[in-house]
Amino acid sequence: MKKDIILSGVGGQGILSIATVIGEAATIAGLHLKQAEVHGMSQRGGDVQSDLRLSTEPIASDLIARGQADLIISMEPMEALRYLPFLAADGAVITSSKPFINIPNYPEEAALQAELKALPKVVQSDIDQVAADLGAARSSNMVLLGMAAKFLEIVSPDTLREAIRHIFASKGDSVVESNIRAFNAGIELSE
Amino acid sequence: MSQQKLLLGDEAIALGALHAGLGGVYAYPGTPSTEITEFIQGNPLTRERGIHSRWCTNEKTAMEAALGMSYAGKRALVCMKHVGMNVCADAFVNSAITGTNGGIVVLAADDPSMHSSQNEQDSRFYGKFAMVPVFEPSNQQEAYDMMKVAFEYSEAIKEPVVMRLVTRLAHSRASVTIGEPNAQQQLPLSTGRQWVLLPGIAKKNYAVLIDKQPGMLKAAEDSTYNSLTLYPANKGKMGVIACGIGYNYVTEAQPKNVSGVLKVSQYPLPESQIRQLAANSDSLLVVEDGQPVVEQDIKAMLGTGYVVKGRLSGDLPRTGELNPDSVARSLGEETGACFDASKNVVGRPPALCPGCGHRDVYNALNKVAAEYPNARIFGDIGCYTLGALPPFQALASCVDMGASITMAKGAADAGAFPCIAIIGDSTFTHSGMTGLLDAINDHSNITVVISDNLTTAMTGGQDSAGTNKFEAICRGLGVEEEHLHVVVPLPKNMDEITRIIRDEINYDGVSVIIPRRECIQTLNRRMRKERALKEAAKK
Ligand SMILES: Cc1ncc(C[n+]2csc(CCOP(=O)(O)OP(=O)(O)O)c2C)c(N)n1
Repeated sequence: MKKDIILSGVGGQGILSIATVIGEAATIAGLHLKQAEVHGMSQRGGDVQSDLRLSTEPIASDLIARGQADLIISMEPMEALRYLPFLAADGAVITSSKPFINIPNYPEEAALQAELKALPKVVQSDIDQVAADLGAARSSNMVLLGMAAKFLEIVSPDTLREAIRHIFASKGDSVVESNIRAFNAGIELSE
Repeated sequence: MSQQKLLLGDEAIALGALHAGLGGVYAYPGTPSTEITEFIQGNPLTRERGIHSRWCTNEKTAMEAALGMSYAGKRALVCMKHVGMNVCADAFVNSAITGTNGGIVVLAADDPSMHSSQNEQDSRFYGKFAMVPVFEPSNQQEAYDMMKVAFEYSEAIKEPVVMRLVTRLAHSRASVTIGEPNAQQQLPLSTGRQWVLLPGIAKKNYAVLIDKQPGMLKAAEDSTYNSLTLYPANKGKMGVIACGIGYNYVTEAQPKNVSGVLKVSQYPLPESQIRQLAANSDSLLVVEDGQPVVEQDIKAMLGTGYVVKGRLSGDLPRTGELNPDSVARSLGEETGACFDASKNVVGRPPALCPGCGHRDVYNALNKVAAEYPNARIFGDIGCYTLGALPPFQALASCVDMGASITMAKGAADAGAFPCIAIIGDSTFTHSGMTGLLDAINDHSNITVVISDNLTTAMTGGQDSAGTNKFEAICRGLGVEEEHLHVVVPLPKNMDEITRIIRDEINYDGVSVIIPRRECIQTLNRRMRKERALKEAAKK
């Protein structure tokens, strides 16, 4: 089995911590993994993207081919749509519904929504609001990961929880628990 | 005992170097190479063993210091982004003429597609130019393993060797099997005369370097990193030469119609395997990330009658990085999108952070520049290059590190007025100081703005070599006291800053204005750390 995942967002939104958690989960599960990250210029408020590939078999390419991504996980709705040519026919888009507007020509939100709703498999929600309501405002990316959990298949929600515990352990119990709560809330959103 | 670790390509290089018994890393930051030195700086072995890891002022000082460490018998790693090779080229090319004592690995991280660069030059050319071996790992494991091999090989042939990475390997993570660290290498201090490149000695050394070439070729042909796989059932069809990470895209495409695949990860090119593959094929496809270095060489090797395909022939795109799609297509395998590109998505270019001091500098510069019909602001490389984009659109140029001051000078020499240069603090010490001296000696009519955010921000906030020294440097170079100003770039100081800029533009000579305020990113990071420390102290 393999899962090709595109993570996207805007520089500074924290897509790499989602990648880190999935990466840790893949390591716990003994999977092969390749993860191409973006560092450098675009991290200054530009569009950022990471290709994350998990497989039970060895992986050759660091990049995902067009039409191959099983999942697009995005911190931002327009950034989710940017990678549509990479999405597989039965692929799913998991995204925050809330636009991050730092450019003057940001498209009409209604147009983005129309495009998203026309896709076969989409889960979206205002993850910042969900996280804030839980009192875990800094964990909105874990809400998003929770929303993606049932589509990840190759790693189970329990393994993802274990990975969250490992990754945030150094920040103390309360940070770990906020992230777990955020993750669990995300799982419920995609039920 | 071996162990598995998830590592970026850069981190695999760093750990490989440490485990090879490194004496020191000498580097100037630059995407995508920066994480190598940062990893070494953060590794416990570095402190334990006193391994040198402080950032250098530029790539040339780095290369030369590495050569000194090699002279003294230790292993040295030099790291830079591809354009850094231009800066250290004099030292690098001549290090092949002197030869080495302790092993030297020169790591150049290329950036095909220019994710964070001004060009996509290919460092394999530099290896050929200096006539030294080049290693080009195809994955993170090879990146780790090759460092030990490269240092040993450098010591065996007494030449520096080049390690070439591309962005997609440097910044991609995978699991790597790592071993135990070797003891730190220590050879005797050199006693030879070969380091004195007077013509008489250099001529002899050059002949020695040329005599080493057949050995380098043999080593590449025998290298386990170069391997030929033939598919006899497809004899007479197209053969594939896959260099570095190009090999991964070929593997991914699972081509069904090729006569064989030659994986190349060590240069000079393994000629015997190439000829063998050519003899089994009707044509060759060269899959290489970067410029068509190998494609050209193979055309020359096989002669005009033999069909060689690649970036020059148009079978692969002439520019930009390879990807699984372009490589699959060149192999006659199709990949394809299932969904069309969105019509609503627009570009989201990077921008200066909210609250960044460079913003206030551009607001002031633009205000004053608007008062002159022909004002030109010559830019340089760093976060402040983003001043070229909206909303500022302030810059007339951005070419290479240091060029702001010297281009302003040249334009002023030609009579343009007013000529303003804007340069960052790290870029100024990297390559701006010498240009400023030229301007001072010529009494050029320029206004230089050193926008000092106390760090090397663009590459992630590394220490900047000149911090706290800029006024002294400028005075020492001969900037007159009354034309040297330090200001704090904040909106409330706008009147003062614009007045100073205006006055200095009207002064016929060299003026330097230093707007100084800490980078907002490093400031936030520092405050977070201090807060965490305070909280820990409370517990
Ligand atoms: C020869 C060369 N080496 C390294 C780089 C990578 N690089 C680009 S900008 C930059 C840092 C600039 O720092 P500074 O001048 O202080 O400006 P800041 O980003 O802090 O505003 C570096 C290291 C480069 N482009 N060229």
